[in-house]
Amino acid sequence: MLLLTCPYCGVSADETELSPGGEAHLKRFGPGSSDEDFEGYLFMRHNQKGVHFERWRHTYGCGKWFLAARCTATLEVFGTYSAQTPEHPKEIIAKIQAKRSDWSLT
Amino acid sequence: MSHRLPQGGRLIDKARTVAFEFNGQKMRGLAGDTLASALLAEDQMLVGRSFKYHRPRGIVASGAEEPNALVGLGRDARFEPNQRVTTTELFEGLEAQSQNHWPSLENDIGVVNNYLARFLPAGFYYKTFIHPRPFWKHVFEPIIRQSAGLGKAPKDRDADRYEHFYANVDLLIIGGGIAGLQAALDAGKQGKRVLLVEQTAHWGGRAPVDGIELGGKSADEWITATLAALGKMKNVTLRTRTMGAGVYDHGYALAYERVTDHAPSVDAPRHRLWRIRAARIITATGAIERPLSFAGNDIPGVMLASALRDYLVNYGVAAGKRIVIATNNDDGYRSALVAKEAGLEVAAVIDPRPDATGDLIEAARSAGIAIKQGIAIAEAQGGKRVTGVKICAQDSDGSTGEVIACDAVGMSGGWSPVVHLWSHCGGKLIWDEAQACFRPDPARPPLSHDGEGFVFVAGAADGHSTAAASLKSAQAAVAAATGQAVKSRLPKVVEPELGALAPIWIMPARAPIQKRAKMWLDFQNDVKVSDVQLAAREGYESVEHTKRYTTLGMATDQGKLSNINGLAVLADALQAQIPAVGTTTFRPPYTPISMGAIAGEARGAVFQPLRRTPIFDWHVEHGADFEPVGQWRRPYCYPRAGEDRHAAVTREINATRGSLGLLDASTLGKIIVKGPDAGRFMDMLYTNMMSTLKPGRCRYGLMCNENGFLMDDGVVARLDEETFLVHTTTGGADHIHAHMEDWLQCEWWDFKVYTANVTERWAQVAVVGPNARKLLEKLGSDTDLSAEALPFMAWTDAKIGGFEARVFRISFSGELSFEIAVPASQGLDFWKSLIEAGAEWNITPYGTEGLHVMRAEKGFIMIGDETDGTVIPQDLGLDWAISKKKEDYLGKRAQARSFMDNPDRWKLVGLEALDGGVLPDGAYVIRAGKNANGQNNVQGRVTSTYYSPTLKRGIAMALIHNGPDRMGEVVNLTDGKGGQIKARICSTIFFDPEGEKQNV
Amino acid sequence: MSDLSTLTPYVSVSELPLQGMITLRADLSQKTVATAVKAITGLAMPAPRAILEKGAYGIAWMSHDEVMILCPYAECAAHVATLDKKLAKLHHLALDMSDARAVFEITAPTAGALRDCLAKLMPTDFHPDSLGVGELRRSRVAQAAAAVWLTDPKTAQLFAFRSVKQYVHDLLRVSGAKGGEVGYF
Ligand SMILES: [Zn+2]
Repeated sequence: MLLLTCPYCGVSADETELSPGGEAHLKRFGPGSSDEDFEGYLFMRHNQKGVHFERWRHTYGCGKWFLAARCTATLEVFGTYSAQTPEHPKEIIAKIQAKRSDWSLT
Repeated sequence: MSHRLPQGGRLIDKARTVAFEFNGQKMRGLAGDTLASALLAEDQMLVGRSFKYHRPRGIVASGAEEPNALVGLGRDARFEPNQRVTTTELFEGLEAQSQNHWPSLENDIGVVNNYLARFLPAGFYYKTFIHPRPFWKHVFEPIIRQSAGLGKAPKDRDADRYEHFYANVDLLIIGGGIAGLQAALDAGKQGKRVLLVEQTAHWGGRAPVDGIELGGKSADEWITATLAALGKMKNVTLRTRTMGAGVYDHGYALAYERVTDHAPSVDAPRHRLWRIRAARIITATGAIERPLSFAGNDIPGVMLASALRDYLVNYGVAAGKRIVIATNNDDGYRSALVAKEAGLEVAAVIDPRPDATGDLIEAARSAGIAIKQGIAIAEAQGGKRVTGVKICAQDSDGSTGEVIACDAVGMSGGWSPVVHLWSHCGGKLIWDEAQACFRPDPARPPLSHDGEGFVFVAGAADGHSTAAASLKSAQAAVAAATGQAVKSRLPKVVEPELGALAPIWIMPARAPIQKRAKMWLDFQNDVKVSDVQLAAREGYESVEHTKRYTTLGMATDQGKLSNINGLAVLADALQAQIPAVGTTTFRPPYTPISMGAIAGEARGAVFQPLRRTPIFDWHVEHGADFEPVGQWRRPYCYPRAGEDRHAAVTREINATRGSLGLLDASTLGKIIVKGPDAGRFMDMLYTNMMSTLKPGRCRYGLMCNENGFLMDDGVVARLDEETFLVHTTTGGADHIHAHMEDWLQCEWWDFKVYTANVTERWAQVAVVGPNARKLLEKLGSDTDLSAEALPFMAWTDAKIGGFEARVFRISFSGELSFEIAVPASQGLDFWKSLIEAGAEWNITPYGTEGLHVMRAEKGFIMIGDETDGTVIPQDLGLDWAISKKKEDYLGKRAQARSFMDNPDRWKLVGLEALDGGVLPDGAYVIRAGKNANGQNNVQGRVTSTYYSPTLKRGIAMALIHNGPDRMGEVVNLTDGKGGQIKARICSTIFFDPEGEKQNV
Repeated sequence: MSDLSTLTPYVSVSELPLQGMITLRADLSQKTVATAVKAITGLAMPAPRAILEKGAYGIAWMSHDEVMILCPYAECAAHVATLDKKLAKLHHLALDMSDARAVFEITAPTAGALRDCLAKLMPTDFHPDSLGVGELRRSRVAQAAAAVWLTDPKTAQLFAFRSVKQYVHDLLRVSGAKGGEVGYF
């Protein structure tokens, strides 16, 4: 039963108030893309044991999607941030590396 | 014999007797008793039978760890099996039945298993029942079912109520012994929001029983004073009868409050499940005494030494008149001293340690108690109760020795910290060599969302055996949990010093197999030392495998008593160290909690949300036969007296096609999409072009997901240049709205589009049939609803019969049809006025089945029937609704993948059975030959099938390989009973193919 | 509980008559939005999670791009028209949503009893330090979406979808039934 802070409401929301949305920061490939790119977009996921960037929706709250960096093994949450963030935020990467020196974005 | 003493009993009120029944026999206890103490006071030593051998079983413990004394409590709608007598508080009129025996507790036929014990060793079930296979179903399973199970499942609906409660705290403290109380006091002074829960009805834990002195006061006095101080703190909540049941991710914890178990006549929720979010948790859960493994240690009258002491001190109940204590540690001497002090005869203390010394041992010696050092119990003797113990040197095989007569044995194998709650969420353990126990490893706590440990441990749960160390650890736990120094001064503790324990796992050390086969580890599941040793010999090296093979620790007590002893025996058999063997996993709940508590309020009327349309009450009043559509309840049909469903549906369809029908379509999803980029967004959502739709017009559209699969369909109305109204399926409203917001928020956040789910704002009614327009004209409209002014697939705002409405000329039935939306609050009145005005045309409300049949007659697809998440629009012959012009829409790229863009897919066609009957739903279309599994090859399946009242025969739609190219071909279908049915492939449109009826 | 009729309330629950509710989605930081809203309600733009009220009018923060305007039911259509007119140049969505929802008023004998009653059904932290009077919390009430706010220490209003109003009403009756006093808050 996770606890994630919605960056819009500032509410620390119970997992039962949220809906999960899978991996974040995917790049969409549409018509004209190669089979390989499209396959990667549609099916290939990091499935990380470790820090995972993921999508959540504050379904029973403000209804907004947000993104979270969470370790799938320890459940440590390194931060939540707006869904309108195209790249992995630098401050979150710094926060992860401060705690895990050997970690890098894959 | 066990009996009540004239003196003693700190928890009972001798002035108030309480009548209760055990197995129909009337008994009397005292206010403050547990059922266990009351039974012992009545000399009811035998309280149950074991699971496998149906051995006689007596009370072993005094708390939650009790493995044996499980009873059925109450009767009928308040019957509950498998209740521990040790945690059941006595109340007037309590009724208990012992379990797991037949025909009676005293004479159990199942005890025959006892004599067959050598045929039922570890792994017996696995080894015996595997072959021959057919025997399982017809021979083994019925026999096992007959003999398996403990208590019987209740038959009646539970008469009690239950609830949940969400609490958010800074600090949850689990366990109200002196460590928990001290922790609450210190955290309370820091101003933290503290919740302290205690599973029993009493505060203070073992300290008062052990006669500890705190700050110059008795333990009881210190507890009273501490509670008074805590009571003044507004930020501290104290809760007895509330067990910390589980600790989960991110500080989530469950506590199980037994609100009225002790007072069932009170009209209140019986159990309350606390769903707690705690920033930090302190477990002050104490420790559980371990049994000793000697032959016959399961005979009634043999119990934990601490339990024997608890019954004396707390309830003034003696387990016997002549007591033997067997202990490998100093704490056992406390029980001997308490028994002596209570006036009982203490025949001997059996201590396998050859030369132990210490305060308690000296005290026992001075009290005149015989102490036998270096000695073991070779075997306990007796049948339904213990009659004596044969003793021998610990370092022997137990073949020779004297017998000491006794009627109760207290055994102590040392103490195991209650590490369950620490471990639930991943806290790791370390092996404490000195005390021979696993205790929490502070370096490897369970981690919370901040990456920090969130569970801390205090008191005996942390492996401390003295009150002084426990209090100190409580302060340290608070400081660590809150990150704030604790300044309070601890009370001065007066208590004896304890010497070292000797890790004795079986006694005597060289006991032969005959003895080891009578040394019980798991009392409830009948697992003995010999079983674990057998498992080790057969190659079970993993403790988790051994557990499952022998069923050690798998009973309802989850191995609270057996765990460490079992591990030690396994480690010994494997010639490994105990920490190398490790423990099994501790899983919540700590002790079983009621199903009612888990369900909470969710039963009966509030089992789950039931969505009702604004017209729901009318449907009820008019005898609607409802069906669930998601959480909605929609009328399936409206049977009249004497009509079955089929007759009602037939009548409704004939009336609608013949004259006038009415459908409550309020559940249809309605979503507003508005903004300068709304058209662009709609073009991405739908496979067809929506941006070209003119205001005032409607268009049918298909929505796919990125996988290319069809996910929803419906009619879109363009309200104005910037605004679309999207109609979704009934089940689609919420998830399609979520889907839209997902794309707008996460991918196309540069699009200027707002959406809103307005489904519930409108009541929507379909007025259907050749007389539909006449009805609306009769009601009066301020807007021209003629075919010319409002043609098919147009919409308009209108005032109809005084109702502000939006009218859509759309049809899902193939008839002239107006779908009319009015504000939800006026839906019922609007419906009633239609019904009233429509009487002259025999206006007939129809339900979902009529809707389904009429759409199938027209060959319209239904999401969820013709689609199943693997179907693309092209499969359904809907290519006309897929734009070739658009560069992109959701699903377009996927539909170009090789498997999608493939002529070999199953495609939608109509099917008519050659005999005119109704094909079975989901029937497969068979192809010649068999597959690798010997099953028929298939080439398609039925997606919708109905009896058509209009055509007076069965009609169906099916997805068939190359279907549209095979018109007129006869195919074979499975009939679901092993036979086959023949049907002819035909057009999906069975009725009015030119659409003449709807377009008028 | 299968039979609600056996319960006696210690917290009273009543469904309020139709409440005017306008959903406004727009860039809330725009001055024109604040002006338009103020013209209707007389109230300023609320801070995140806040709900403000003044007489028959109110305004609640629903998300960073959405507010809910409370007004007399009969006035809704006119106010929506006003908003559309005043915000014509700004991308926005104004909708009369009054009929989509039901509003319950929950009155308890004590402030603690009110919070206890709600905390049985909602995973929200109802401690006064975490949820004070004048803050709207969107969450769930058992298995249905809901928004709740305390109008005063002993009174709460709860918004739920119309289709589940019977369910929500029943839930509150179960939660507020005598014998179920928790005594936590
Ligand atoms: Zn939020």
